[in-house]
Amino acid sequence: MEAYISLFVKAVFIENLALSFFLGMCTFIAVSKKISTAMGLGIAVMVVQAITVPANNFVYHSLLKEDALSWLGITGVDLSFLALLSCIGMIAALVQILEMILDKFFPALYFALGIFLPLITVNCAILGGSLFMIERDYNFGESVTYGIGSGLGWALAITVMAGVREKLKYSDIPAGLQGLGITFITAGLMSLGFMAFSGIQL
Amino acid sequence: MSAVLNDETKKVLITPLVNDNPITLQVLGICSALAVTSQMSTSLIMALALTMVTACSSAAISAIRNHIPSSIRIIVQMTIIASLVIVVDQVLKAVAYDVSKQLSVFVGLIITNCIVMGRAEAYAMKNPPLESFMDGIGNGAGYSLILIIVAFFRETLGSGKLLGFEVFKLTKDGGWYDPNGLMLLPPSAFFIIGMIIWVVRQYKPEQQEKVDFKIMSIAHGEGGHH
Repeated sequence: MEAYISLFVKAVFIENLALSFFLGMCTFIAVSKKISTAMGLGIAVMVVQAITVPANNFVYHSLLKEDALSWLGITGVDLSFLALLSCIGMIAALVQILEMILDKFFPALYFALGIFLPLITVNCAILGGSLFMIERDYNFGESVTYGIGSGLGWALAITVMAGVREKLKYSDIPAGLQGLGITFITAGLMSLGFMAFSGIQL
Repeated sequence: MSAVLNDETKKVLITPLVNDNPITLQVLGICSALAVTSQMSTSLIMALALTMVTACSSAAISAIRNHIPSSIRIIVQMTIIASLVIVVDQVLKAVAYDVSKQLSVFVGLIITNCIVMGRAEAYAMKNPPLESFMDGIGNGAGYSLILIIVAFFRETLGSGKLLGFEVFKLTKDGGWYDPNGLMLLPPSAFFIIGMIIWVVRQYKPEQQEKVDFKIMSIAHGEGGHH
C-alpha cells in the first residue's frame, strides 16, 4: 500500500506531467485563460488518463510484450514495437466510447466536457502517460495509481496556471511579451515552484 | 530545378521560419521542444526526426486526400503518422541507441505533436503531395530552428559544452566558468522560449497580441514617467 501512495504523490507533484515533462503543453497554454474551462479540461484529462493507462497496460502485457502471447501457445514473438500504434488507437477509441457513454447517460456532463473530449486524443499528456507506463514497466495496480495521479497532477497544474493568468491580464506587460511570452515565463516560474517537491524523499 | 522551386514552394519553405513559426506564433508542438533541449545532440536528432515525419506524413496524406472520408480522417491521419513514427523509432534504436534512450518517450510523442497533425489538417488535406512535402519540411525547419536556439543556450550555459565539446572551461577543471545549473532544469526552457518570443515580436510588431485591459497612467497626466 505504501508503495502505491508514494507512486501517487510522485505522479502528482514530483513528476508532474505538465511542469516537469512538458506534456500536453499545447492545450496547457491554449486553454488556460479561464479557471472554469481549465478545470473542465483538467477533469476530462484526469478521467481519460485514469481509464487509458490501465487499459493500455492490459493490452501491452497480454498481447504485445515479449512472449506475452504464450497464453495462446505462441512463444518467441515480440510485438512491443507496435506499442505506439496500439496506444494511440486505444486512446482514440476509448475517448470516442467515453464521449458516446457520456452523451447517452450523463448529458449534463457531456455538455460540460463535450468540446474538450476530442481535443484529448491528441493531448500528449495522455499518450505520454501510457508510454511512461510501458517504459517503467508498471504492473496493473501501479498503472491505475499512476493514471489517476498523473491526470490529477496535470489538472492541478492547468487550474493553477489559469488562476495566475486571470490575474495577469490586469498587469502592465511589455507589448512583445503580451500573451504567449508572459505565459511561458509564468509557466517557467510555476515549474520552478514545483521543483521544490523534488526534495521530498518517499 | 526552377520548376520545382516555384513561388508557392519558396513560400511554404520560408514563411514558417520566422513569420509563421509553428512554435512561437502558432503555439504548436511545444511539449517536445521544451523537453529534449537540454543537450544539442538530442535536439538535433529530435528536429531531424520531426521534420522527416512531418514531411512524409504530409506527402502521404496529401496523396490520398481525395479518398479519405472526412468523418474518419483523424484516425486515418493518426495511423499514417503513427506508422511513420514507428519507423523513425526503430531506425533510431538501430542506429543511435544512446540518443534514443535519452529521448525516451519523446520520439513516440511525435505522434501527438500538434505540428504534424496541424499541417496534415491545415495544408496537406487541401494541396498536392509535392507542395505538402515542402510545407512539412518548412514547418519542420521552423521547429528545428527554435529547438537549436534553445538547446544552444541551455547546453553552453548549463554545462559549458556544445555537442560534447568544451566551449567554456569549467571552474572544477581549473577554468573560469561556473556552470548555471538552472539551464539544465526544466524551467529554463520556458524562460528561453519566452525570451525568443519577446525578441521576435519586438522586431515583428504585427505578431504582438492585443491587450485585454489598457493600463491608464494616473495623477501626472500624459508624458510622465511610466
